[in-house]
Amino acid sequence: METFDALGHFGQYGGRFVPEALIGALEELEAVHNQTQKDPEFIAELAELHRTYTGRPSIITEAKRFSEHAGGARIFLKREDLNHTGSHKINNVLGQALLTKRMGKKRIIAETGAGQHGVAAATAAALMGLECVVYMGEEDTRRQSLNVARMKLLGAEVVAVTSGSKTLKDAINEAMRDWVTNVHNTHYMLGTVAGPHPFPTMVRDFHKVIGEESRAQMLELTGRLPDAVLACIGGGSNAIGIFNAFIPDTDVRLIGLEAGGDGVETGRHAATINGGTPGVLHGTRSYVLQDKNGQTVESHSISAGLDYPGVGPEHAYLHDLGRAEYRAINDDAAMNAFALMSRTEGIIPAIETAHALAGALIIGNELGPKANLLINLSGRGDKDVQTAAQYFGIPL
Amino acid sequence: MTALDSVLAQCRSENRAALIAYIPAGFPSKQGCHKVIQVLADAGVDAIEIGFPYSDPVMDGPVIQEAADISLRGGTQASDVFEALKTASGTGIASVVMTYWNPIEKYGVEKFAASIADNGGSGVITPDLTIEESAEWLKSAQSHSINPIYVVAPSTKDPRLARVTSVTGGFVYAASSMGVTGTRETVSIDAKDLVSRIKKVSDLPVCVGLGVSTRDQARSLAEYADGVIVGSAFIKLLLNAKDEQSGLDAVSHLAKELAKGVREGR
Repeated sequence: METFDALGHFGQYGGRFVPEALIGALEELEAVHNQTQKDPEFIAELAELHRTYTGRPSIITEAKRFSEHAGGARIFLKREDLNHTGSHKINNVLGQALLTKRMGKKRIIAETGAGQHGVAAATAAALMGLECVVYMGEEDTRRQSLNVARMKLLGAEVVAVTSGSKTLKDAINEAMRDWVTNVHNTHYMLGTVAGPHPFPTMVRDFHKVIGEESRAQMLELTGRLPDAVLACIGGGSNAIGIFNAFIPDTDVRLIGLEAGGDGVETGRHAATINGGTPGVLHGTRSYVLQDKNGQTVESHSISAGLDYPGVGPEHAYLHDLGRAEYRAINDDAAMNAFALMSRTEGIIPAIETAHALAGALIIGNELGPKANLLINLSGRGDKDVQTAAQYFGIPL
Repeated sequence: MTALDSVLAQCRSENRAALIAYIPAGFPSKQGCHKVIQVLADAGVDAIEIGFPYSDPVMDGPVIQEAADISLRGGTQASDVFEALKTASGTGIASVVMTYWNPIEKYGVEKFAASIADNGGSGVITPDLTIEESAEWLKSAQSHSINPIYVVAPSTKDPRLARVTSVTGGFVYAASSMGVTGTRETVSIDAKDLVSRIKKVSDLPVCVGLGVSTRDQARSLAEYADGVIVGSAFIKLLLNAKDEQSGLDAVSHLAKELAKGVREGR
């Protein structure tokens, strides 16, 4: 019996579980990605785009008034919310859009939950003259109608997905079906560090700039590395982006904050590592919210961007190794941190990001006033005003 | 040699293509599924694929998605799949299971292969399991003497076709076109090219699926393929039927037409 070498593994996680129809495209993508990572021309082109279009490097803001609520620990915010399009997502889409052009493809498809990745993908497509179709769960198109309008203004077609739970997971299914059909001219611009190899590695490579910049910035600002680095986790792209540079610094705690929804114990949550088990979903092996028959269980979160029953395989690996910790933050705790950040610092964060801020309140109190915490402020909250107004009873 | 190997060899000796039908376990209902299996067997189908419905079927179009939804809402689980398999093999025709990988992994890879064999099944079609991730599965399939059946696509390049078919058992499942399951007006010319490319690297029977719904399509595929696979067309009839009996009658009629089609190709 022959065996073949498996690729793209993080311990027992990762790999490639896809129809054969997609293998050629994944191999091509992997080859082009590996090639361009060493190509000075590509690296310079992307860096120039980040400097003149994204607005990199993003700044660090010290949240002094917020820190009074976090046990006095110094809190540093990596301001990915100030990037063009309002979140870290632009890092990945610009990289993938350049790869799309290198592969000679003219059409991109993308999935989106909160709409941040969809907006970023539509933006990159507009910038580079690519046709763009974004799949979005029907439920999410209602929760995030502002972002739907933004994508349309940017020239993208938005397809509301009505199958299954009508959220991010089903949008990914629909995007995969499109890709299987149109793979000859279409690149699937996956928005997170999940999916089949090479996506988890490639998307991390496009986001690792977050950690590289902030590691240097923290050394310059404080003269030392932070005690802990915190980020929210849906699929986990902003978290892996800021964690990556700190992985070798074993004294730096890496803490991912998952969406606890109504509470992990209620079963109504999106805390995949805290409440899930190893399995295969959307082409990769990782933790999955699933029942005893291996059927995916619907996730729940007030944050559309974290409302996903899977998580990137590298996070599963970092968890099992004990290199990163993963905690769950309930909806209410996240919304409390959302309000606090808005009122103490004048920064309205994305509800996704508010999970990391709620984590900072807890970790800060655990570590005390001598601790320095670095938080990835992964996105701005303009898109969430409607949800937040509803939550806090502000009439619109 | 599995029952599937035997029936495909028999068809080859009769110089005709085999007819393979797909039906998800638990569809149109737990009991209804068993009736559909009996009707298909009586109508002259050579082999049956029992689908193990999965919540995230990325290779399936709207028709099979809907059937899977109905089945899962009805509470279908592995035991129902094995019962359907038992019914199918009990009719005397060859039977296999088709499923995405996660339900197998969750059930237990070795245990799944054992249960297939115990219920008279000949093999399993795994559309999202790549050969690179197959080591444990191939070992289990081998130790329980069942066929590991892989799906290849028009985009699969020749060197990879050789690698995939080298570990395949029973037959090679050739996807007729790039895309998901569902009936199509015409079965693309990609299918013929793919079958001839497979024949160059493998002696296994090659069965073609995706998009087939009519006797004419079955006839033209049977000219060059060793088997014709039909799924969505049957499911559509059951979804559109006004009651169970009329659905079964429609399935029977179509299966008989297709059975004629696969005998008219050469």
